[in-house]
Amino acid sequence: MKNIFSFLFIILLVIPFSKIDAQSKGTEIKSTIQASKTIFELEKLPYSMDALEPFISKTTLEFHYGKHHQSYLNNLNKLIVGTEFENSNLEEIVLKSKGAIFNNAAQVWNHTFYWNGLSPKSTLKPQGQLLEAIEKEFGSFETFKEKFTNASLSLFGSGWAWLVKDKEGKLEIVQTSNAENPILQGKTPILVCDVWEHAYYIDQKNKRAAYVEAFWNLVDWKKAEENFRR
Amino acid sequence: MSKFTLPVFPYAQDALEPHISKTTIEFHYGKHHQTYVDNLNKLIVGTEFENSNLEEIVMKSSGGIFNNAAQVWNHTFYWNCLSPKSPLKPEGKLLEAIEKEFGSFDQFKEKFTNAAVTLFGSGWAWLVKTPEGKLEIIQTSNAENPIRQEKTPLLVCDVWEHAYYIDKQNRRPAYLESFWNLVDWKKVEDRY
Ligand SMILES: [Fe+2]
Ligand SMILES: [Fe+2]
Repeated sequence: MKNIFSFLFIILLVIPFSKIDAQSKGTEIKSTIQASKTIFELEKLPYSMDALEPFISKTTLEFHYGKHHQSYLNNLNKLIVGTEFENSNLEEIVLKSKGAIFNNAAQVWNHTFYWNGLSPKSTLKPQGQLLEAIEKEFGSFETFKEKFTNASLSLFGSGWAWLVKDKEGKLEIVQTSNAENPILQGKTPILVCDVWEHAYYIDQKNKRAAYVEAFWNLVDWKKAEENFRR
Repeated sequence: MSKFTLPVFPYAQDALEPHISKTTIEFHYGKHHQTYVDNLNKLIVGTEFENSNLEEIVMKSSGGIFNNAAQVWNHTFYWNCLSPKSPLKPEGKLLEAIEKEFGSFDQFKEKFTNAAVTLFGSGWAWLVKTPEGKLEIIQTSNAENPIRQEKTPLLVCDVWEHAYYIDKQNRRPAYLESFWNLVDWKKVEDRY
């Protein structure tokens, strides 16, 4: 008891003299505490849950966004506690982590990118520089669609089909398994299609082809163009 | 020239209810399993595997042929691990071996469940016997099969999302709970 009182007494004595110092230190400490408690939150969808109907149902979104995406996020928040990634942003974690932390971080990244690449008001076709680049690389927009569809359908197991830009600005279609993400190979994602079975099972069951067909009605080409200009 | 056919389903399509629904079987057996069979038949035409049996193809092929052949093998094995009349627990030598390796049947169940639930992506959780006769729980991704590591499969649980999405959606642990009500321990004992 006596010790506590003398401790408090010293504090009271010291505070007035070191007010400025204490304040600046206080800010520092506070920001450190905030940073060490990095908590990732589910990013809001850029449209309502039923906005993608009839192509992707509200029920699918309730599970895919509300359950799967949310679980990856919850897992990530739990897994990074006490690790070197406690203060990292999502991209750093995706680039540097392995195992379960990588799986959950990359799935959070991939899903956010997927949702942001869809729109209930799809223009159905790109324009300008992206369209030119697609025509240059694949011959025509139709040929590109065919190749991307084929990549989505032939990916065996769970994963993603991507349109990416390499460092030289060249377009490429790539498939990744499970949570894998093209930024790990220094590539810039432009468009992605989630081909985990959970992405289409409620609406299409085993018919992945029907899902990819529906997907083409929802691509936000304005976003893809933005990603391409990056 | 071999032509593979979908094996006859070992019980009625609604026999696994309420644990696995008839609708799930209609898709899982009727569509997924059937598609792997159809793909395999198409893919082997004109290849060295035209006259091979299924196990040979699983052991020696790669790429699309392997994926489809192994998925045919795995699904047939999976259906033959299930029964509407599960005794819920093994007996005799298998039970002894499980208790020796995992401490108790409950601990085995817990470890197998954990393997099934934590497998990331699509794949399978297996109880296998090693060439030395030791029991082991392993996870395989996508179509991978333990016979390629010279291990003898005793029991398998399909944890591709298509195995449980109609009945349980994202809740893989709920599917595992159902799975334990259906394991045909008599067949697992025979394999051991
Ligand atoms: Fe997904
Ligand atoms: Fe399956």
